[in-house]
Amino acid sequence: MKVVHYLNQFFGGVGGEEFADTPPNFLEGPVGPGNLLNQILPEGSQIVGTIVCGDNYAVENQQDIVSFVNAKVKEARADLFVAGPCFNAGRYGMSAGAVCEAVKSESDIPVVTAMSEENPGVDVYRGEVLIVDSGSSPANMRDVLVRIANLGAKLANDEPVGPPSTEGYIPQGFLRAEFVEKTAAQRLAEMLMAKLKGESFEPEIPVTTFEPIPVPLMTTEIAKAKIALVTDGGLVPRSNPDNLPRAFSRVWGAYSIDERPKLLEEDFEVAHGGYDNAHVQQDPNRLVPVDVMREMERSGAIGSLHEEFLSTTGNSNPLENSRRIGREMAQRLKDAGVDAVILTST
Amino acid sequence: MTTEMEKAGIPVAQVTPMTLVAETVGSNRIIRGRSIVHPLGDVDLAPEEEHELRRMLVQRALDALASEDRTTA
Repeated sequence: MKVVHYLNQFFGGVGGEEFADTPPNFLEGPVGPGNLLNQILPEGSQIVGTIVCGDNYAVENQQDIVSFVNAKVKEARADLFVAGPCFNAGRYGMSAGAVCEAVKSESDIPVVTAMSEENPGVDVYRGEVLIVDSGSSPANMRDVLVRIANLGAKLANDEPVGPPSTEGYIPQGFLRAEFVEKTAAQRLAEMLMAKLKGESFEPEIPVTTFEPIPVPLMTTEIAKAKIALVTDGGLVPRSNPDNLPRAFSRVWGAYSIDERPKLLEEDFEVAHGGYDNAHVQQDPNRLVPVDVMREMERSGAIGSLHEEFLSTTGNSNPLENSRRIGREMAQRLKDAGVDAVILTST
Repeated sequence: MTTEMEKAGIPVAQVTPMTLVAETVGSNRIIRGRSIVHPLGDVDLAPEEEHELRRMLVQRALDALASEDRTTA
C-alpha cells in the first residue's frame, strides 16, 4: 500500500508561524510524524511521499493546494492519503479537510485525517472525511497514528469499518443498520435498572447539550444602535425568490425593507409548514414588526432599522443545520455593522 | 440561531411564544410572544390595540437588549 502524507510547515519541519506562507513542496518518503506512521503501517505499506505546505498559504490559496495535492497523489499512484494529525490547529485542520475531500472525490482512494473535536475543520468536513479524534495534545501522537494506520488499512483493503466509539474517529452523523441481540424494551429496562442502581450506562442516542454562553453586551446605546429583524417564521417576498421550503430548510434569505414604512400583505408570503400562516399572511408585521420599528426609528428610540430582514423556516430543522444558518446570518449582520437583533420565532 | 449570533458578539432578543424552548437552547434575552400563529399580533384585538401590543413587545425586546442580565419577559 502506497501512502501520500500531508503536513503543515510546523510538523513538516520547515519552521513555525514565520514560515506559514510557504508554498507546497513534495518530498520523497516520510517526514516528521510520517516516520513514526511509516513504522506503524502494516507490512508492505509505506509512505512514498510527503506534501508540506504553510498553513496561511493553504488557507489563502485553497485551489492551488488542492490541485497540487491531487497531482502528486496521482503521480505517486497512492492507495491511501493521510493528512495531519492537526490537533487543535484551526488552519491546519481546515486545509487537511479540504485536501482530503478533494483527493477522495478526484482519485477515489480512501483518506484519513485527525483533529481534536474543537477544530473548525471537524464541523465542515466530518461528513465526507474520516477524522480520527486526536484530542488536543500532540503527546498523543503515537496513539493517534496507530488509529490512523488501522483505519487507513481497513479502508484500503475494503474491510468494514466499525462504529466511531471502537475505531476512535469522530462521528459522521450516519445511522447504520445493525443486528442486536436484545429488543429495545430489554435494552431500555437494563438502562433503567442501571440508572436506579447508580451504575453507568450508555444512551444509544447522543444526548444534546447546550452550553450557556455569556450575555453579549450592547456596545452602543439603543438610541444609536442599528437593529436588524430576523425571523425563523418563513416570511419571504411574493414568489419566494430563494425557494425556502416549508420544512427542513437548508437555506435562508435576506430581503430589503429599505424605505418600507411597514410590510404589506400583497408583497409577502409565508413558507412554513409548521403553523397556520393565515394571520401572518394577512399582516406580515405580526411576525416581522417593521411598522413599529419604523415608528421607533422616527421617534429616536432606536438609531436605525437595518435595511433588510433575514428569514428562514424553523420547522423540523436538525440542530446542526440551524447552527450553520445562525453562523451565516451572524456573518452577514456583522459585515453590515448591525449592533443588535430582534429575532422573532413562531 | 440566537446562540450562534450571540457567540459572534451580536446581542439578540428573541420574541417567541415557546419561551421554554428558547431557554433550553441557551437564548439569553427572551420575550414571550403572543402566540404561535402571530408572535407580535393578536387577531382578537382591535387594530389600534393590536398595534399597541406589538409596540409593547418590541419595547420589551429593546429593554432586554439594553440589559446586562439573562431575562425572560
